Amino acid sequence: MPTTDTPPETKQPTDSTPDEAEVSTDNATPDSVTFDRAGIRAGFVTCVPVALGVAGYGIAFGVLADQAGLSAAEVAVMSATVLAGASQIIAVELWADPIPAATVVLAVFAVNLRYSLMGAALRPWFKHLSATQTYGSLFFMADENWALTMRDLTSGSNRGAFLLGSGLAIWVFWVVSSVVGVAFGGVIDDPATFGLDFVLVATFVALAVELWDGASTAIPWAVALVTALITAEVLTGQWHVIAGGVAAAVAEVVRRG
Amino acid sequence: MASPLLSPRWSGVADPFALDPTVVAIIAAMAVATYLTKTGGLWLLTRVGVSDRVEAALEVLPGAIVVAVLGPELAAGGPPEWLAGSVVAAVAWRTGNIFLALVTGVGAVVAFRVVL
Repeated sequence: MPTTDTPPETKQPTDSTPDEAEVSTDNATPDSVTFDRAGIRAGFVTCVPVALGVAGYGIAFGVLADQAGLSAAEVAVMSATVLAGASQIIAVELWADPIPAATVVLAVFAVNLRYSLMGAALRPWFKHLSATQTYGSLFFMADENWALTMRDLTSGSNRGAFLLGSGLAIWVFWVVSSVVGVAFGGVIDDPATFGLDFVLVATFVALAVELWDGASTAIPWAVALVTALITAEVLTGQWHVIAGGVAAAVAEVVRRG
Repeated sequence: MASPLLSPRWSGVADPFALDPTVVAIIAAMAVATYLTKTGGLWLLTRVGVSDRVEAALEVLPGAIVVAVLGPELAAGGPPEWLAGSVVAAVAWRTGNIFLALVTGVGAVVAFRVVL
């Protein structure tokens, strides 16, 4: 278990727009962003407890992949190169003999489309990074470490390497746990046993608390919430994330005229 | 081999180091598709200029995505998840400590699932 040395936690939890913020119209445009070892380390350490929860899913994924007929090596390659939990679970659920390649790849793309919006939300900070830093870091972006990174960046740390560091933690735990799932399938096949299924929700709740900014947040959040709930009723997969995000963005543009 | 629908489990005795070229090719396509989604949004913003409108839209995006992920997740849960979610929010609000919030939340959800 990680010790609680608390890098970003020392910041004030609320009302903390970045220090250099009020220059332009938006409240999150830092003048400079670092990209260094300290940022990588901070991201990694902060993400370890979250990555433990991710590992619960990695084991569940490994079990499913084994049942679908993938070897441990194939599972390792998939987890190491795709690194997107929900889409990998859906992929192996679609796995059959022969493998429906087009269906699998399309499903993966559709489930992961939400990452485009998440990546776009990083722009105020990532526009200060080089292409290599940006596109290298984005490979390691998953839901959980995106949430931790947004939390860290909006608190004014300006640590551009936080996404990479936290993503490396996710990567290590995800790859190892999915292979463990293949090897010891069925030992912990249900992450809910230890509450590990709740880690994603808990991470996002903590981020919501951080991002809440009073009345100005209320309308876009309400739009996102209602849209996402309705979409989730109608469509499977992760479309509700895209629908909610886009609807709130459109509503905000309309509201500002 | 039996019907793949009924028993897809032909791996049990298979070589754990086996790398089927077809499987690897499909995994590679999955990896490319995923990487395109992860990079596509930000890449697009560097190509098309960012107007004030886009800036306004981007500003609400983080919170909107968080709410859009959370809403259906919590709706799919029940009282244990809702109460544990409140615990996480309270701890995060009071302490600003993500680790503490996570540990308390996971502990709370396990406890509430037993009790409720």
